[in-house]
Amino acid sequence: MRTPPFILLGAVIAALVFAGARLVGNDYVFFAGYTVLQFVVLATAWNILGGYTGYVNFGTAAFFALGAYSSVFFHKFYPLPIPVLVAIGAAVAGLVGLGTGYLTLRLRGAFFSIATLALAVVLQTLVVNWNYVGGSRGAYVIRPAEDSVLHLPYIQYLFLVMLVLALSAVVIARTIERSKLGYGFATIRDDELAAEASGVPTLKLKLIATVISGALMGMAGAPFPYYIGYLQLASAFALEYAVNAIAMPMIGGTTTWLGPLIGAILLGTLQQIVTVTISSAVNLLIVGVLLVAFVIIAPNGLVGLWQRLFSKR
Amino acid sequence: MFSYDLLLNAVTAGLLLGGFYAAVTVGVSISFGILDIVNIAHPAFIILGSYIAYFFSAQFGLDPILTSIIAQPAFYALGAVIYQVYHLSFEKRGQDTLRGLAFFFGILFITEVSLILVFGVDYRYVQAGYIETSWHIGVVDLPLRMLVPCLMSLAMLAALQLFLTRTFTGRAIMAVSQDQLALQLMAADPIRIKRIAFAISIATASLAGAFLIVIQPVEPSIGREYIGRVFAICVLGGLGSLPGMLLGAMLLGIIESFTATFYGPSWAPAVSFGLLLLTLAFRPAGLMGR
Amino acid sequence: MAVNLLEVVRLSKRFGGFVALDSIDLAVAPGERVGLIGPNGSGKSTLVDCLCGTLVNETGEVRFDGRDLAGLAAHQRTRLGLARSFQLPRPFASMTVADNLRIPLLYTVNARRKPALTEAEIGERCAELLTVVGLADRARHYPKDLTQVAMRKLELARAMAAEPKLLIADEAMAGLSNSEVNDIVALLIRLNERGITVILIEHIMRAVMNFSQRLVVLVSGRKIADGRPDEVIRDAEVERAYLGQ
Repeated sequence: MRTPPFILLGAVIAALVFAGARLVGNDYVFFAGYTVLQFVVLATAWNILGGYTGYVNFGTAAFFALGAYSSVFFHKFYPLPIPVLVAIGAAVAGLVGLGTGYLTLRLRGAFFSIATLALAVVLQTLVVNWNYVGGSRGAYVIRPAEDSVLHLPYIQYLFLVMLVLALSAVVIARTIERSKLGYGFATIRDDELAAEASGVPTLKLKLIATVISGALMGMAGAPFPYYIGYLQLASAFALEYAVNAIAMPMIGGTTTWLGPLIGAILLGTLQQIVTVTISSAVNLLIVGVLLVAFVIIAPNGLVGLWQRLFSKR
Repeated sequence: MFSYDLLLNAVTAGLLLGGFYAAVTVGVSISFGILDIVNIAHPAFIILGSYIAYFFSAQFGLDPILTSIIAQPAFYALGAVIYQVYHLSFEKRGQDTLRGLAFFFGILFITEVSLILVFGVDYRYVQAGYIETSWHIGVVDLPLRMLVPCLMSLAMLAALQLFLTRTFTGRAIMAVSQDQLALQLMAADPIRIKRIAFAISIATASLAGAFLIVIQPVEPSIGREYIGRVFAICVLGGLGSLPGMLLGAMLLGIIESFTATFYGPSWAPAVSFGLLLLTLAFRPAGLMGR
Repeated sequence: MAVNLLEVVRLSKRFGGFVALDSIDLAVAPGERVGLIGPNGSGKSTLVDCLCGTLVNETGEVRFDGRDLAGLAAHQRTRLGLARSFQLPRPFASMTVADNLRIPLLYTVNARRKPALTEAEIGERCAELLTVVGLADRARHYPKDLTQVAMRKLELARAMAAEPKLLIADEAMAGLSNSEVNDIVALLIRLNERGITVILIEHIMRAVMNFSQRLVVLVSGRKIADGRPDEVIRDAEVERAYLGQ
């Protein structure tokens, strides 16, 4: 399917999802759904770098938090509409991605990964010491009752924003996958040395992947303060972002845009159920165990299993 | 506010801290520096060591460091098992760094969350005779809770260095990083050698964990702060060289100590990680294309 | 006076204390067929790595087509026209054989020309190349399903796909049968007739002697002979160091 019809199909599905959610009439659907959609964006974003090029980013929380804290920063002096904040979050996170990437992508993949871990902690330390955005006490962001454009209840508006972001992320991932860029990314993952020998400018492509991936994560973080109302470090840099952004694509399948989407929806929904019925700590434990299990047993994820079952011999 | 006393104490504290950091890092020096396995879960094993020391200390009143020495065989066995899984799932199948990293990240995660489930998120600490005591030499303070771990760490490093340079198995471990084929011709099984090395690296975590809880109270997420420190030290000191690593550890200890003394302790994590980023960025020779 | 296509001047490479290449001089004229031989570990592949940018040499200069290559990344050198195949095949495992050839077309050939190749043209060229090396029936297979021999052919085809001016074939014939070796030599000669300069690195002496107009011998990182093949193999030092083994 070519891209424009795909976008149309996606938009239709998104519209149906939104309408369906409103039909249910329970705000909880919007709250839970927002989280799942957020994971779709994060998982898809992570996969553009991790799945396509093979460079593992452990600092998803850092990029997410950059988006969230940019929003807090601006909220303090002039409340801007969410779409603008999303763009700002993307820009900030993308720039940081560019910087980190430039410093570390010439080295082995393992060093890049360690650097992303380091980035998360540095950022967290910076925020702790910066009182303007709340420091260790946290920042309150008052959520308006409804948005000023569509006059929807605010949570529904946020849900809609995240729906649009999720659709955009998936479209971007799919377009990249099928383009010359996608081939280039795949060669980096398969054999970087051979890629260079074949004329692929690996550093440039890796930087592109890092910037796109980081920007998408920042976009996902931008509306977060409005969703949660009180932003503090534990929530912004929460462990669940780091592990889910990796677990969802690895369980769903890393070679295609469909993998993170499936992983995010399945795992995200599972987590909502477990967190509510058992506890959030047990929930995270299950995610961790699933990650390790899939990495060992089914390295190509659910998509890979499906392909193996149904491929022609 | 600059005074001679403060400076001297900052340096001493840094050296003591550095000695401790060396114990924390030596495992990764082996697994990453020598075996080329990016075990980012190492800090989780250290925290596990801390909690085991805490548990036995709280239940039976045993000295934490003694407990950790007794626990080392168990950690050794754990390391051997994990290496076996890692080898069969990843090493054999080819260079799949992505999956290896995800595997260890998963283990890091599972360990941390399991500790939260069992012990909760409160800080835990141990009681031992020497923890409250502090010696004084002139104006310099030497808190025993830092001095004892530092000295024991140096002892452990010396023992490991002797093992790696004087025994057959130890030299085989050093060799396996450079030439597996030659090792096979010498009738040593490279897989077994690597397994031993990895198991040793995890066994050191047991001791390092005890040191940690003697020095400060622990809670499950502390491990994450150490990931950057550990790799920063490895990179600074040169991969695969224990003496180099010790120097790197001392250097980091002093820098962190100075930062904490003159700028405040909340900046300390940023220092090690910032140093790591800078080192990775500007010291590419020796790190590239391995 | 023809300008040499490749000029290597006093190139040295060390790994720690170990000297892999010791002050290598080499000149290759456009259109030449050069054979490079030497015992295992003599530095042949290291030399190729330094020429192509995979490794960085400590001293010495490499000039290609008049340009100094210092500081240029491997992909930039490939785009300038210097292509190589790897001694141990390094295919892109997640793509089909045909798609493996697509990469140099997309990233090297297209980088040099406007307008870029169309999808149809790319498909044609992939098919053509596969036929030339004898892999046409494997176009849709994945590298993991290929035999060692087929992988070496793919490796060569991928280097050819980059439309190089100078092709360095690093032990492309290991494990091939006699007739396959002949096929590859014939292929390389045909390429050469089309204007591509070729450096052939091989252990199979029959192939090297049939192919080369000039023979260079590397032993322990040093060049010990450089001249006409029939003269070089009669050189005493070459006999002692390499042929006598």
